[in-house]
This record gives sequence, structure tokens and C-alpha cells, in this order.
Amino acid sequence: MTGHPPKKPPILELRNVGKTYQVKQGLFGKARPLTAVNDVSLSLSRGEVLGLVGESGCGKSTLAKILLGLEAPTTGQVLVDGQEIGDQDRLSLARRIQPIFQDPYSSLNPRKSIFDIVSLPLRVHGIGDRTQWEKQVREILDIVGLPARVMNTYPSQMSGGQRQRVAIARALIMKPEIVICDEPTSALDVSVQSQILNLLGELRREFGLTYLFISHDLAVVEHLASRVAVMYLGRIVEEADVAGLFDHARHPYTQALLQSVLTPEPGLGVPDTQLGMAYPNPIDPPSGCRFHPRCPLATDHCKSHAPRPIRTEQGLVECHLYDPESQMYKNEAA
Amino acid sequence: MAHTNINDPLLQEITGPTPGQMLRRRILGHQGLLIGAVVMAILLIVAIFAPLLAPHDPYAQSLMHRMEPPVFLGGTWDHPLGTDHLGRDYLSRLIYGARVSLMIGTIAALISGVIGTAMGVAAGYFGGRVDMVVTFLINVRLAMPVVLVALAVVAIMGGSLQVVIAVLGLLLWDRFAVVMRASTLQVRRREYVAAAQAIGASTPRVILSEMMPNIANNLIVVVTLEMAHAILLEAALSFLGLGVQPPTPSWGLMVSEGKNMMLFEPWLVLIPGAVLFLLVLAINLMGDGLRDVTAPENRS
Ligand SMILES: Nc1ncnc2c1ncn2[C@@H]1O[C@H](COP(=O)(O)OP(=O)(O)O)[C@@H](O)[C@H]1O
Ligand code: SF4
Ligand SMILES: [Mg+2]
Repeated sequence: MTGHPPKKPPILELRNVGKTYQVKQGLFGKARPLTAVNDVSLSLSRGEVLGLVGESGCGKSTLAKILLGLEAPTTGQVLVDGQEIGDQDRLSLARRIQPIFQDPYSSLNPRKSIFDIVSLPLRVHGIGDRTQWEKQVREILDIVGLPARVMNTYPSQMSGGQRQRVAIARALIMKPEIVICDEPTSALDVSVQSQILNLLGELRREFGLTYLFISHDLAVVEHLASRVAVMYLGRIVEEADVAGLFDHARHPYTQALLQSVLTPEPGLGVPDTQLGMAYPNPIDPPSGCRFHPRCPLATDHCKSHAPRPIRTEQGLVECHLYDPESQMYKNEAA
Repeated sequence: MAHTNINDPLLQEITGPTPGQMLRRRILGHQGLLIGAVVMAILLIVAIFAPLLAPHDPYAQSLMHRMEPPVFLGGTWDHPLGTDHLGRDYLSRLIYGARVSLMIGTIAALISGVIGTAMGVAAGYFGGRVDMVVTFLINVRLAMPVVLVALAVVAIMGGSLQVVIAVLGLLLWDRFAVVMRASTLQVRRREYVAAAQAIGASTPRVILSEMMPNIANNLIVVVTLEMAHAILLEAALSFLGLGVQPPTPSWGLMVSEGKNMMLFEPWLVLIPGAVLFLLVLAINLMGDGLRDVTAPENRS
């Protein structure tokens, strides 16, 4: 056996994952392909928080659904602990990976009591009996900061922040290893957002959870994530650790996102990226670099040639400016 | 490790009423629903206890007492609503007729409800090919005029209570399918459905336990509509002689049998016509009321 220990295998790994929907336009229209996720490779190690950031419609939720096994990827593989998720049965996958969704008004069934909602995982998995369910629901409610008496109330009686706590309790009651947080605070009042973010941070430390934390807002990700991946039109265009990304963002899109964080009232809706043009329709993605119509640094070369992903010790970036073999390469940028 | 902080403003009193309490309040505050429900309850009791309530045998003919007028037109209390052209007690036939109408309405709506709900929910949930097939079947069904098809089938198979129920049950599912498809599509996008799937819940469980409670209120309205529809169609078929066959006491048949004497004895037509109207009105009042009352909870 040689010196260095084997590298810790990632707990969650995406290899060239893609998802293409066939979208019908109009009654007699022919179905056209819409690539919501395009050749995404990411990996998360145990206990890490990876932030996934991008404008609305760039494919973040689609990626989340693929990770949860709710949608099958068109291409590529998703591995949890080295095992492909397509090969695992639904129940064992559900025990390892759980979601927290964006809209707590839609993620809790309005016809069910809080007890029913939070205990559903235990009941579906046939864990314990009624007294045990009650005990466990009581415990997890306490952990997420809700009094036990809410068990008999209904979602319509609660505020947005309380509801999101219920959703968190439901996700954590079976002690999963990985939690996919799909914009867990963007539907909440600004005053409540930080409470939920703090709670998620505490819970991660307490239970050693691994998060994929999705947001359209870089500012939300900053405090929680250790690494950030930036997504544009289904592709990861930059990936770096959080300090590096905030200090010297490399991709022009990341730079624009960072500027929008500094505009007043961050966290309210989709960031104003100051990019002028609207987000392109993913059914007709631009040629060459998909970002070129909005990129302040674009040249004619960008319109016809797609950049390739460049991996350095700083992370990943997909832009001609950082490709040493490209005619646009500027040494000072690297 | 108690994280619960009672001073947390987030956790201040949860005081709103439960959905159950809100429902009760809304039911008691809805006049149309209460009126419809009372009339329906009375007619239901009359139908169930017909043998106890009817003063005479509805089939017993009496040539001595034909066409006696009701008591308010100078008749006797022995036959409060008079007798028909065969001397049968009109009130007793009316009471037994409630059974026929309610039975046809209930069973036909039940059959078509099961068919239409299964089709609509499957189409909305699975989408794709399943949806295409169901949408096609709905369009085929909508292209067939109900009355003509029912007439043709009854003419071939012969009229009887069972045939009328079966034909109506197999014809009236289209609205169930359309409404259930639309509401399933809507509810399917809610995140609690994805949450249940991510928990590992089976498809039947997701549909029956998570989605159904949120779309069933739409079902109530269609059930009442189709019940009224079936009752009126039975009356129409029986009126044309192609529905329930004599001597079964059916309100449609009573109108039909009375129509020859309509000019001289209009009450023979007006009395069964009026109770038919009353029943359909009560059902519709109830349906409208239930829709108002069970509309999904307002967001707080
Ligand atoms: N089931 C679907 N069928 C067709 N297109 C879809 C479907 N789900 C998502 N899309 C499309 O994929 C793109 C990415 O959507 P989504 O993953 O929800 O983005 P985000 O979560 O980043 O806002 C959008 O253009 C959306 O319209
Ligand atoms: S490749 Fe060209 S268009 Fe794309 S981000 Fe880089 S500079 Fe902008
Ligand atoms: Mg999304």
C-alpha cells in the first residue's frame, strides 16, 4: 500500500446527465426537443453543501427531479454512493435522498393534518406503529422548532415559515443522507428567509447532512455553500469554491450574477442581471456559446464556436476567454 | 435538544379554524344547500319507506274509481291525489315512483362516475398515450347524441329498469372524465405530489390518498348534475314508451299516461311533472351548494 489514502468517494455523483423533453407546440404542432439539462457532471462529497445557481428556467428543478428519481435522465448517470439510482428501488433511494421544495403552500397537502404529513414517510416505509410515529413526529417537530401541538393543525392554519419547517421535518424524519433543497426560501418573506437558512445550516451540522442547495440568488447560497455551480441554459458554466467564486468570478455570466447581488433588495424575485436581453427560449438555444447574445465580452468567434469546459485547480469554467487553446485566451484572466 | 423557542414570533398562536370547522361553518351558512338537502332528504325518506307511507297498493286497479280528482279539486281523502285511468291511487304511485327516479339517478351516476373518474384521473396523471386514448374516447362519446343512442339501444334490447340504468350509466361518464382529467392535471403539479413520490409512495397511494381528497369536491358537483340528467332522461324515455315499462310506477310514465287526458284532467300531468321538477331542482341546489362549500381552502 502506498502513501496517500484513497480519495473519499463522492456520495452523489452526476456523470454527463442530460434531460430532453419533447414539447408539442399547438394542437397539430410537431414535437420539438427542449434540452432542460445538458451534459451536467457534478459530484458532492459527504457533509458538503453544493450551491446550484442560475436564473429561473435554466433547468435547476429538472436536475433536482432527476436526482430524486422522479424523472429519468435522457443521457448520463446519477450515482448515490457509487450505485446508479436507476438500479435502486424507490424505497431505498427515498431513505437516502429527500427534497425540500420551493413553495410551502404547494408542498403540503391541504387536506392532511401536520401529523399525517410529517409521518407519511414512516407510514409508507412501514416503520413502527402509531405510538412510535407520534413519538418520532414529536421529536422531529421539536428539532425544526415547532411545538408538538401543531400536529393536529392543518397547513392552512400556518404561516409560510411554519409550513417550510413542516416540510423540513418531513424530509428529515427518516434521517436521509442527502437533501435536495430546491429554492427553499424563495417563496418566503424576506424576514423569514434567514431563519430557515439558519435552521438548515444547524440541521446540516447536527446530522452531517449533504445538501444540494438550489437558488436563483447567489446571495442566498453564499452563507451555506462550500462550493457553487452556476447553471445557464441547462449547462454548468462555472464551478468553484464559494470564496473563490465571490472573490474573482471568471465566467461573464457569474460576474453579471454577482453584480445583481449587489443591487438593492437582493433576494426579491429573479435577480436583475443587467444583461439587457431576456433569457433565451431553451427550445431555440443560441448558436456557439449559449450565452453570447447577452455577453458583454462576446466576439464573432463565440457566435459560431461553443466553448469547452476547462478544469483548473480553481474549478471549472466554460468560456473561450479561459481556454488556453482558444484565440480569445487572455493570459491575465487565468 | 429543544429548539422550540416560545418567544419566536414565527410560532405565535396558531388560531385559525381547521378545514373541518370551516366546512361546517360554510354549510350552515349556505341557504341553497340547506333547502336542497332538506327536500332531498324528504324525497329519500319517502322512497325508502314507500311501503309504509303509501296509502294504497300502487298496482291495484279499480274500475269503479277511475280518474277520481285530487282532494283539492273536489275529490275524497281516500285518494288524496286522485286516481289514474285504471283507478290506481295516484299518491301511492307517486311515492313508489320516487324509488324508481332516485334509484336510476343514483345507480346511473355511480356507474358513470366510476368509469369517468377512472378514465379522467388516468389521463391526467399518466398523460402521453393514455391521455390521447382517453381524450379520443371522450370525443367519440361527445359525438353521440345521448337521447338517440339511448332510444336505439332500448328499442333493440327492450325497455326495463335494468336496461335504462345500464344505458345511462354507460353513456353519462363524459363530464366526469373531462372534469376529473382537468382537476387531476392541476393537482398533479402540486409539490406535495412530488414530495409523496420522493418518499417512495406507490402510484395508487399517491392518486388515492394524496390527490383524490383534493379533487373529490369537483366530483360532487358532477354527480349531482348527472343524477339530475339521468332522472330527466329516464322520464323522457319512459314518456316515449321506451324506458321503464308499465305497470312500474315511474314519474315519466305517469306523465305519458296522463297526456291523453291532459286537456280535461291537467293534474294527471302536472302532479308528476311538479315532483320531477322539485327533485331535479333540489339536486341542483345541493350540487351548487356543495361546490361553493367545498371549494379548496383559501390560502391563509
Ligand atoms: N415536464 C416538462 N416538459 C417540458 N418542458 C419542461 C418540463 N419541465 C421543465 N421543462 C422546461 O425545462 C426548462 C427548465 O425548467 P426548470 O428545471 O423548472 O427550471 P428552473 O427550476 O431552473 O427554473 C424550462 O424551460 C421548462 O419550461
Ligand atoms: S465564450 Fe464568449 S460569449 Fe461565451 S461567455 Fe465567454 S466571452 Fe462570453
Ligand atoms: Mg425551479
